[in-house]
Amino acid sequence: MAVQKLPLAKALNESLRKALENDPKVVVMGLDVGKLGGVFRITDGLQKDFGEHRVVDTPLAESGIVGTAIGLALRGYRPVVEIQFDGFVFPAYDQIVTQLAKMRARSLGTVKVPVVIRIPYGGGIGAVEHHSESPEALFAHVAGLKVVTPATPSDGYWMLQQAIQSDDPVIFFEPKRRYWDKGEVDTEAIPGELHKARVAREGTDLTLLAYGPMVKTCLEAAAAAAEEGKSVEVVDLRSISPIDFDTIQASVEKTRRLVVVHEAPVFFGSGAEIAARITERCFYHLEAPVLRVGGYHAPYPPARLEEEYLPGLDRVLDSVDRALAY
Amino acid sequence: MTVDSTAARQPRRGGTSSSGTKAAGGATKRAARAKKPRSSSSEPPLVQLLTPEGERVQHPDYDVDLTPEELRGLYRDMVMTRRFDGEATALQRQGELGLWASLLGQEAAQIGSGRALRDDDYVFPTYREHGVAWCRGVDPTNLLGMFRGVNNGGWDPNSNNFHLYTIVLGSQTLHATGYAMGVTRDGADSAVLAYFGDGASSQGDVNESFVFSAVYNAPVVFFCQNNQWAISEPTEKQTRVPLYQRAQGFGFPGVRVDGNDVLACLAVTRWALERARRGEGPTLIEAFTYRMAAHTTSDDPTRYRHDEERAAWEAKDPILRLRRHLEAQGHADASWFEELEVESEALGKHVREVVRAMPVPEHMAMFDNVYADGHALVDEERAQFAAYQASFANGEAE
Repeated sequence: MAVQKLPLAKALNESLRKALENDPKVVVMGLDVGKLGGVFRITDGLQKDFGEHRVVDTPLAESGIVGTAIGLALRGYRPVVEIQFDGFVFPAYDQIVTQLAKMRARSLGTVKVPVVIRIPYGGGIGAVEHHSESPEALFAHVAGLKVVTPATPSDGYWMLQQAIQSDDPVIFFEPKRRYWDKGEVDTEAIPGELHKARVAREGTDLTLLAYGPMVKTCLEAAAAAAEEGKSVEVVDLRSISPIDFDTIQASVEKTRRLVVVHEAPVFFGSGAEIAARITERCFYHLEAPVLRVGGYHAPYPPARLEEEYLPGLDRVLDSVDRALAY
Repeated sequence: MTVDSTAARQPRRGGTSSSGTKAAGGATKRAARAKKPRSSSSEPPLVQLLTPEGERVQHPDYDVDLTPEELRGLYRDMVMTRRFDGEATALQRQGELGLWASLLGQEAAQIGSGRALRDDDYVFPTYREHGVAWCRGVDPTNLLGMFRGVNNGGWDPNSNNFHLYTIVLGSQTLHATGYAMGVTRDGADSAVLAYFGDGASSQGDVNESFVFSAVYNAPVVFFCQNNQWAISEPTEKQTRVPLYQRAQGFGFPGVRVDGNDVLACLAVTRWALERARRGEGPTLIEAFTYRMAAHTTSDDPTRYRHDEERAAWEAKDPILRLRRHLEAQGHADASWFEELEVESEALGKHVREVVRAMPVPEHMAMFDNVYADGHALVDEERAQFAAYQASFANGEAE
């Protein structure tokens, strides 16, 4: 059956399965991806079906995982790397930034390094330190990388395969608190473009722009606002590098107000980039400054405080009210 | 996996050691302090086939049998590489290059290891492997683009199986390991040779590459050119044990070779590459050598080391010792050396001309090759920049 109702985690699993089936050069690698099926079970059953050769358990060394993936890519493979948690990617950050991102330019386009790095990211699951961060801006800032994040099971299924098919390195952020949320996945659909934003809910008074885990939060906020008679449009960014500014612009020209919502700290975050560019593009359309809702300039707090740190329904609605009050 | 323990073989090597780090007498207090840790009598043995005097010696485990023509070929490689290196240094002094990393003194390590390679092998260099590039048939002038500032690498690694220079220390050892893992997957019997220095041996990536290559039994040979100095830091600031001995802890053999002896470097690297081809996994080779010049042209070695040390190593010059051997054996006469001199001068002239003629890339080139599949922001900024550039042209036209 082409249309199934799947949780995001299972959609990603099916996506990897499809990629492994379609292309013998695809290699899934990372810590615990084999028998365990990954700490979030995203690779569940893949080693059993495709063998240790295709689904590779690696030593516990993130730089080593990414560095050897680069070497495999240079040899013609398409490695899909799993980093267990957002806060564990930093030992590999050097390989990603100084090597993976730049190798194509350095070779004047003669080599390609089609490596996908999957990173479960974001908070809301009550985890310990280093297990709940949102470092997407750190990667989006680097030329040579592409950064995407699905918000729905359908996007999880399609975007991951598109990322694997891309000849560019892609950082694939998975909203871990949405792993268990179900949604329809049409495995025979014609997928949209990987880097195109999606209007998730139509509205006329204000645009809420979000990606990954915050899309659901913003849809809930829009529903709550509707009860108060406010028509809020929700745009799911989907791709953080590149950003589909045309879709955002079209929405803002219609609603004249923009609030950007993400879990990452607001300071120097992707919201800042979006606010600046949309202000430039839509200056005469805007009825209010572009507002941002996100994390604070503090280390990600202990789990018992994360509900205060993360943007929730109330903080999003407060910003909606602020923007509408101008 | 056969773990060819170097520890077990060491006693048989005792007779061929040539530690040679002892400086000439009369060193100042500063030099004495700097040298003290390295002048111990327990300096480990190294594989040597050619003494500094050019005398051919035997080693129980490693050997090569070369024709006079092959010996002359190695000599030619070293002379041409040194000439190229000298020209590049001069070009930097003349302002034609922004920086240069000289290999002076390391010709034997690079030519010996480089000539051990087969065409289908793959090399991952640092930024100083000009001699290895020569062995791979890379046009030497290709190496100068990044130092002149016209590109950040600039050659196709697959055309000579010679990867781009890597400036971040040790990164390439992981690329080499991953590439070697791919070789195994492909069922090929080629090998991968990864270069790094004594300073890079401290990096996590180098140690992680040892872990990965051992675990996956990857056909990779790690060739560490221990040139004694990581910019201003001596090897003692990197390690408490001789570098080659680290391999044992990772589960594969390590060998220390006289890095100024081209025959020994060739023999040991051949052996290690063959091991890799046979599926016996990685090897670490420590080529014990010396960086006679500065780290780069921006460095000032007079601040941290003394002339006596360099003088001691000059006596072990890799080119001089092979010349002595060739002359003693009657393998080359004066006219042959003269012809080579002429040939090397021609290379110098060619390099000079090509470098000076290297065009500054088109301004738009900075937007090229950032992505394979395009990127909206790059497209937008390219268009903006083009319009900005065009605005000047229009102004002039009016």
